[in-house]
Amino acid sequence: MVKAIVLRTAGVNCDAETVHALKLAGADVDLVHVNSLIAGKVTLDSYSILVIPGGFSYGDDLGGGRVLATQLVRKLRGPLDKFVQDGKIVIGVCNGFQVLTQAGLLPGKLDANASGKFECRWVRLKAAPSLFTKNIEYIEMPVAHGEGRVVGDVYDNAVFLYVDSEGEEAEYPANPNGSAHGIAGVVNEKGNVLGMMPHPERNIYTESHPSWTQGHVGGEGLKIYQNAVRYAEEHL
Amino acid sequence: MTSEQLSSEKALRIQTIEIAPGKDVLGEHVAAAIQELGVAVQKVETTKRYYVACQDTLPQELFADGKTAKVTKTTSVSNAWIVEVRYKPGVMDPVQQSIIKTLSDADVHATWAATAQRYFLFGVSHDEVKKICKELLVNDLLQDVLFGWEILTVDPAKPIQTEENTIVKDVPLIQATDEELMVASKDLTLSLNLDEMKAVQEYFKELGRDPRDAEIQMIAQTWSEHCKHKIFTSPISYTENGVTHSIGSLMKDYIKKATSDIQSDWVVSVFHDNAGIVKGTDEMNVAFKVETHNHPSALDPYGGAGTGIGGVIRDVLGVGKGARPLFNTDVFCFAPPTTSEIPAGILHPRRILKGVVAGVRDYGNRMGIPTINGSITFHPNYLGAPLVFCGTAGIIPAGMEEKSIQPGDIIVVVGGRTGRDGIHGATFSSAALDADSATSAVQIGNPIEEKRVLDLLMQARDRNLYRSITDCGAGGFSSAIGEMAEQGCHVQLENAPVKYAGLSPWELWLSESQERMVLAVPQEKLQELLALCAEEDVEAAVLGNFTDSNKVLVVHKEKTVVELDVKFLHEGLPRKEKIASWKPQKIEEPELDEPDYGKTLLKMLGMPSIASKEWVIRQYDHEVQGLRVQGPFSGNGPSDASAVRIQHGKQTGVVVANGINPRYSAIDSYAMAACAIDEAMRNVVCAGGNPNRTALLDNFCWGTVNEESLGRLVRAVKACYDVATLYKTPFISGKDSFHNEFRTGQESISIPDTLLISALSIVENVAKTTSMDLKKTGNTLYIVGSTYNELGGSHYYELAGAVGKNVPIVRPEMAKKHMEQLYAAMQKGLVKSCHDCSEGGLGVALAEMTIAGDKGIHVNLESVPQIGCANPSQILFSESASRFIVEVGDEEAFEQMVEATKIGKVLAQKALVVTHNEEPLIDETIEAMSTAWRGALTW
Repeated sequence: MVKAIVLRTAGVNCDAETVHALKLAGADVDLVHVNSLIAGKVTLDSYSILVIPGGFSYGDDLGGGRVLATQLVRKLRGPLDKFVQDGKIVIGVCNGFQVLTQAGLLPGKLDANASGKFECRWVRLKAAPSLFTKNIEYIEMPVAHGEGRVVGDVYDNAVFLYVDSEGEEAEYPANPNGSAHGIAGVVNEKGNVLGMMPHPERNIYTESHPSWTQGHVGGEGLKIYQNAVRYAEEHL
Repeated sequence: MTSEQLSSEKALRIQTIEIAPGKDVLGEHVAAAIQELGVAVQKVETTKRYYVACQDTLPQELFADGKTAKVTKTTSVSNAWIVEVRYKPGVMDPVQQSIIKTLSDADVHATWAATAQRYFLFGVSHDEVKKICKELLVNDLLQDVLFGWEILTVDPAKPIQTEENTIVKDVPLIQATDEELMVASKDLTLSLNLDEMKAVQEYFKELGRDPRDAEIQMIAQTWSEHCKHKIFTSPISYTENGVTHSIGSLMKDYIKKATSDIQSDWVVSVFHDNAGIVKGTDEMNVAFKVETHNHPSALDPYGGAGTGIGGVIRDVLGVGKGARPLFNTDVFCFAPPTTSEIPAGILHPRRILKGVVAGVRDYGNRMGIPTINGSITFHPNYLGAPLVFCGTAGIIPAGMEEKSIQPGDIIVVVGGRTGRDGIHGATFSSAALDADSATSAVQIGNPIEEKRVLDLLMQARDRNLYRSITDCGAGGFSSAIGEMAEQGCHVQLENAPVKYAGLSPWELWLSESQERMVLAVPQEKLQELLALCAEEDVEAAVLGNFTDSNKVLVVHKEKTVVELDVKFLHEGLPRKEKIASWKPQKIEEPELDEPDYGKTLLKMLGMPSIASKEWVIRQYDHEVQGLRVQGPFSGNGPSDASAVRIQHGKQTGVVVANGINPRYSAIDSYAMAACAIDEAMRNVVCAGGNPNRTALLDNFCWGTVNEESLGRLVRAVKACYDVATLYKTPFISGKDSFHNEFRTGQESISIPDTLLISALSIVENVAKTTSMDLKKTGNTLYIVGSTYNELGGSHYYELAGAVGKNVPIVRPEMAKKHMEQLYAAMQKGLVKSCHDCSEGGLGVALAEMTIAGDKGIHVNLESVPQIGCANPSQILFSESASRFIVEVGDEEAFEQMVEATKIGKVLAQKALVVTHNEEPLIDETIEAMSTAWRGALTW
């Protein structure tokens, strides 16, 4: 069974649904405090998927994800680099995406939304080919962030773009944060590290879609985790 | 200089680092807010400063990535006022802990840190800067401000240097005259009346000594209205229309009696704990609590609302052996945001609204608890006393509802440190506000600290590491440990971790610093608990132990601070019969001409109480935890209620809703209370909640306390009993708040009598819940319930500046039957959408359904069942209770199950068309209605 580790620390708050989504996708999941990794009680070696969930790690004091990123860089650089070098899978969602960019594991940075507001709303994404997006052309899920505007020249790394109902590049609110080209998620050069602002783990039930009573069946966010687990089964 | 002095000087080397943001969101917000103040500012830029006590060089990359944050240094800026806002010395800076931690990760040792915010204001005058600081940037209860033109050279902020304080003072009381007793009550902010002061005096006379400062403060806190609910638990002599009868207590005779008379077998724990608990699934029960945090929110909207939500979350963490938060609900009452005349000492209602929303947003979102339900009601009399209701539900494993303490159990405090913030909250919130209200009563919240505590407690609970738990709320240790110590305790107060030295023992004992929980830990579990705390980065300290001495004994550095008999503390409060009376008001119906119905409807959609709250709702994370089934929006419209699963992978869920109608209070508080329950129940039923598995919470907020207002309170409480027993909806918890008034000189602005009813319904299958947005063209619309000539207190009358007399009357027997029928039809999937008629009546309800589903409606008004309505405005805008509009596909099957009347159809045409005997009354496009509805509350 594919083993996945979900990292938590003070202020991480999307851990329970992330664990559940990974279980539904067929992984054997451990939820581990970053202190246990640093203390060596748990090692990254035994896992093939690492997920940094959303939330406000350390209150986003000093900037979104920065305190946790410093911790990873200063205390876990070696094992983390090896994990990525070995082609294992890293997924950072929302605050986890911010952590990965601050830690230098993904290109670009995440700045304040163009609207200047924290906003929670559902968005439609267009997927580009990657190990995470097999069998996904368009997918819907919610965003909930104040700092999700991708800055930096990362268009070539993009795997998810915010689009309107026609599938075209969109303005606010379909693009909730004003990211150039509507970039919602990126992968690293190697293709095994994914960061995305929208939350796939919040779309794992039929009733997850906000218009399920209008016949929009939810649950498709699971596909991203299933793709990761399947890739790990086949390659790792 | 001695070597000791040298090292202390060195330890205080403060370094400064200044950071400019990538996109300056704060600058943009502040510029917009300044323009709202009527000041034509050109632009605003901002930076953040960090002051760090540290020997080594600060690694700049920890503070700035060069893109979203850049290191800068601004001692001078051309053509701008430079303003620096800092926390006052001694006010906890929530960011300090993270700064010290991240530096330590980079092997840099820092001992103290603080932040400051800098603003660069271009194009404003000196007077304008002062105005901007006072009205916008600085809360002088908590913050200091420094400013200068083009240049600002400041000393770095530094930690306060205070000596240790071990002073315990005696309060001369046993010889005092009545007059002196009352002077002491006021001077020490005790909020005790003469009878109570005399009872205290009598107790200490018998002991033959004067009370110590901490003792008198502890008694005042324990006996405060906030903690003892004296009005709800005292006998009342009540006169209605000249007939007098005695009430043992409102709590016992009505609220608790309703619950015991209903005899619901799914009620698990009521009234005696931090929150009420009802049965969920076989393994998991649901706890629910709603609190008010009114007084602090009036003074510091952001901090007050944040600590309000933080406090109610701790109530849920501390119910039974601890529940895991599931969702938040927040209900606010403000003066209209367009209010122009603001008395001195009051913040503008728009600033209060924005601050409160931001406070709830930042605390709830950071805790990772979805805010899925709420409402905002506007009334001019909330001007000086806004109401902030914060509610949290949580899940608790079956069997964890009860807790007990054994003598010898160790008292452990976990979480935040104790400082001087928030002293006198309990006694302060039991009195009216005025322009000089106590400043130390404001606290600052740190949601990440509370999240740490949550993560810790859930593990400690499941590993059975403590026997009992409670939160430090109003009254701090005094209240938490005092309540737990039913058989006595022995506390070593100097063991409490402090934010800084200098707190006197009584301040330590009473301080309401946030994010602290008190545990009763069996001796043999102590080491395991402390080890877990260390793993989770939560500070823990052993404060002493529980005893069977029947005394509360508190010692600080070998000095006795408190030595009180438990019995006197908890039972010594003298109860005096209160006097209440009520007679009907002499008021009349206004005589109004029939209006232009379409224009009136558009105006009503733009009234702030009715208008879209999307601006607020989008700022709350209502999706976190991934359990949401029905959210705050139905399509593009406002949901009646929300629903969440209670656990991942399970179909069992809860539906949550609220009801609040302060407008009706001006006519009759009985009708107001009955309608609040009815509205909450309507909302539950609209979303598919089970009316026979619904529990209620009551939150009473009243203004000035006198014979008449208590009479209105009795009326309202009686309505609660009458309606709840017929609806079979038990009360499981509640709260009350009095003196919600603001005094300026001789005048007092008192709020309208307000009752918030929060309803929580357990549903077995969340897939059977429904929403209020129209689903399909061609479907049939029905109405359930009758419309009466009941425009009293309506929004329609408010538009005309009238109140009226015919307030909506709840007719519970019929309503209960209808709710059960609708629930049964929903279980069969026969209801496509359902919306209740509430604020704005039938007209507004229909408009909201069209906006929500982006489909039109045609309704024949003459087919609406009505009693006593002389003209169409009464049918369209009466706010009669217990009415539902239902969209149905299969008419025959629906009609067999529900007593309902067909009133119209769902149209493809995007408009609301209302005709009366074929005469057109309303023909408005969805776009026009949506624009009116969305325009009122958006910034």
